[in-house]
Amino acid sequence: MAARGRRIDGTACAEPGPVIVEFGAFALILALMLSVLQTGLAATGRWRRSPLLAGGAEGAAMGAALATALAFGALIFAFAASDFSVANVANNSHTDKPMLYKVAAAWGSHEGSLVLWCLVMTGFGAALTRARGLPFGLKASAIGVQGGLGALFLAFAVFTSNPFARIDPAPFQGMSLNPLLQDPALAIHPPLLYAGYVGFSVTFSLAVAALIEGKAFSGFWPAWGRWVRPWALASWVFLTAGITLGAFWAYYELGWGGWWFWDPVENASFMPWLAGTALLHSAVVTERRGALAGWTVFLALLAFTFSMLGAFLVRSGVLTSVHAFAVDPERGLMLLGILGFTAGSAFALFAWRAPQLKGGGLFAPVSREGALVLNNLFLTVAAVTVLLGTLYPLILEAATGATISVGPPYFALTFTPLMAVAFLILPAGPLLAWKRGDLKGAMQRLALAAALAIACGFVGWLAFEPRKAFAAAGLAVGAWLILGALAEVVERVRLFRAPLAEVGRRARGLPLGAWGMTLAHAGLGLFVLGAVVETGFKVEAAAPLAIGGEVHAGRWVVTLDKVEIVEGPNYLAERGTLTVASTDGRAVPSTVTAERRFFPAGGQTTTEVGLDFRGLDDVYVVMGERRSTPEAAQAWTVRVYYNPWARLIFLGPFVMALGGVLSLFDRRLRLAVGGKRRPLPSPPGGEGGSRSETDEGAVSARSEVGM
Amino acid sequence: MRAAPSSALRAPSPPRGEGRFGAFLALALLLAWGPALAQEPAAPPDRPLASPGQEARAQAIFEVVRCVVCQHESIADSPAGIAGDMRRLIREEIASGASDQAVKDDLVRRYGDYVLFTPPVRTGTWLLWFGPALLALIGGLALFVFARRKAVETALLSPDEERRLADLLQRETVRPDPDASAPHDGR
Repeated sequence: MAARGRRIDGTACAEPGPVIVEFGAFALILALMLSVLQTGLAATGRWRRSPLLAGGAEGAAMGAALATALAFGALIFAFAASDFSVANVANNSHTDKPMLYKVAAAWGSHEGSLVLWCLVMTGFGAALTRARGLPFGLKASAIGVQGGLGALFLAFAVFTSNPFARIDPAPFQGMSLNPLLQDPALAIHPPLLYAGYVGFSVTFSLAVAALIEGKAFSGFWPAWGRWVRPWALASWVFLTAGITLGAFWAYYELGWGGWWFWDPVENASFMPWLAGTALLHSAVVTERRGALAGWTVFLALLAFTFSMLGAFLVRSGVLTSVHAFAVDPERGLMLLGILGFTAGSAFALFAWRAPQLKGGGLFAPVSREGALVLNNLFLTVAAVTVLLGTLYPLILEAATGATISVGPPYFALTFTPLMAVAFLILPAGPLLAWKRGDLKGAMQRLALAAALAIACGFVGWLAFEPRKAFAAAGLAVGAWLILGALAEVVERVRLFRAPLAEVGRRARGLPLGAWGMTLAHAGLGLFVLGAVVETGFKVEAAAPLAIGGEVHAGRWVVTLDKVEIVEGPNYLAERGTLTVASTDGRAVPSTVTAERRFFPAGGQTTTEVGLDFRGLDDVYVVMGERRSTPEAAQAWTVRVYYNPWARLIFLGPFVMALGGVLSLFDRRLRLAVGGKRRPLPSPPGGEGGSRSETDEGAVSARSEVGM
Repeated sequence: MRAAPSSALRAPSPPRGEGRFGAFLALALLLAWGPALAQEPAAPPDRPLASPGQEARAQAIFEVVRCVVCQHESIADSPAGIAGDMRRLIREEIASGASDQAVKDDLVRRYGDYVLFTPPVRTGTWLLWFGPALLALIGGLALFVFARRKAVETALLSPDEERRLADLLQRETVRPDPDASAPHDGR
């Protein structure tokens, strides 16, 4: 903020640009003040039980979201107009950059991404004010907590990371954005990821509010479970999509042929995902049966804590990672402070109130609830494993000075077996009844799926060269997840057992949430298949090639046809044109281009991978540097990866996210967010229609809407 | 893979002649310029070992060895010069008949534990290695105890809760749970 206000001379102010930037800085400060106001009004309104004050808090939340949006818009404007008098723009943009990346650079830096974070947070806060059916106290408390979170992060932005700070004199040219980040996938990856990360702030606020309110009325927890589910689900969908997109970006932009490196920054996004996935499942139990309330609250707090931890790890520079692009140790310390304060006070509140969170429906160990508890055990241990693997090197170095690296082999020995066991029991869960399940019956109904899955594993063992027992087992597990998910649908619609008309009627009657679950579980199976085959059978080859030279990778032969120099908007490239053909000549040959780009603005080079999509497989071509070999004056190192079934790795999580979206449109979940439907029958003294069972409202509503 | 940015969105490019010169200059830089991440001379091209078995062993080791100047990259992935040197060193050792373990031990002697992506198992890393299994064990045990104790806790419900519970159970038997699968869904 130092140099702001200096450009008072008439000429500079005549154009709209400078004014808009100043306006953005003002809007950000306004958003901070409105967030503080939101918390104050909500707290006072809750205390005095004044709808007027609480309504004022809702208005402030709306205003904060609007002000943050205006600030973000002003920042994007500064980037689009290449206003280099703004330090942030000068450090991260360049006039030669394509417009998409000028705009995307607005969230490519620390300051800009923080504004995006605040925008998502206040945006979710505004959406929370539209949630229907929440009792007065809970809603006011949640809005107050959400406002407090927003205020903390906005204060962090305003006081330590002002994105609108001016520099004087303004440079004539900017320093450009890291060329690795100049990519369409990475332009939309951060917004999606942040929507996921920060979406969990709402579950956090609802959890803290529930702890403040306590057990306000009987039947509170099932209703709370229903209120929290759509938020958890929406965040989970965003996070799933964001992580997948990030993995896809790493796959084709880094040029290593890999898609997940167990890199600390990847782990930082994976921990909230695991906690969020556990939350989704545990919230179902709380909603349907009123049980596990304390645990669900804990997970709701944990998911956002992991989000903040991720932000701290990525932003502070304590980690060495291929993804760490905007780091600053001092601000990291501030983030650690925010993390410690919010998580610390929330978990302290939890420890104080949790002993009161008893009760809920009872269930036998073998039941739907039991299966979901087991799911939570596995996901929580998985999240802790990732946490250990990420933080242990830091802690060990701080404590003893010893440096170690925790990488893929560690997670292959800890995380993977854990998940494998979880996947083996997963398909049985949805087939168990609530309260008391019939394990034998479930296993009978899954027998066919199990037999087919084992057959798939065996066929895979025969079909793939070289034969690998582990990969075959992995294939069987992937097939088991997909077939198990299908078996559950078959069971519910009585396919093959009832007349077709009856099956159709049942299929139509299935709630969207059930279809969503099936899709999500099948998508997980697709992912497992892709990951297993890609990891087990990928082939890598590299050779220095002169024009006309060829390199073999598995059943593919890649020929270098020509290399030309291409001038891009802000880079120069050596573009290789290569032909991909199969050695047996059965597949149609195709042409791919791969580039090696040089960005003069930052003096960096990136590789642009050539991807030849072959059904589920990828032939992945990377152009290396030019060199001379004894045989030829000019040769290029060409690396080729044959990645079988790589398509499924990214398709699977996409299907999972789609399942989440489908569930979001389930009538039962829609009730909780801005829907036009009648409010839940369960709030205190609420109208349960003609039914008398108001205190178990959520349960009764389920029975009505159910099948 | 990448959508070509439409020319309408491009920033105005400099005059043609200047662009050419810039291109020439940058091209000169491009030719002189080494690997992407480390500012050091390019590694000489990799020469795979003659024996496919030995080369496969070398590749497997590359995957778990960290490039010591990079950010979380294995030497199999890294274009840095030192990664090339390390690959050559490992290939040489394997060609001279060293076992995988001997190669790794030698790397640890040179660069420390940091160089392997598999952390060592020793006093300081017990929690890292056995923490997850321990947690799973404790969690499983807690669930087991919890499941057994639930029966006892039922007796501790307040009369009001007892009534409600009974009411609930009653209702559930009258109207079967719709989420249960076939044998229970009672239609």
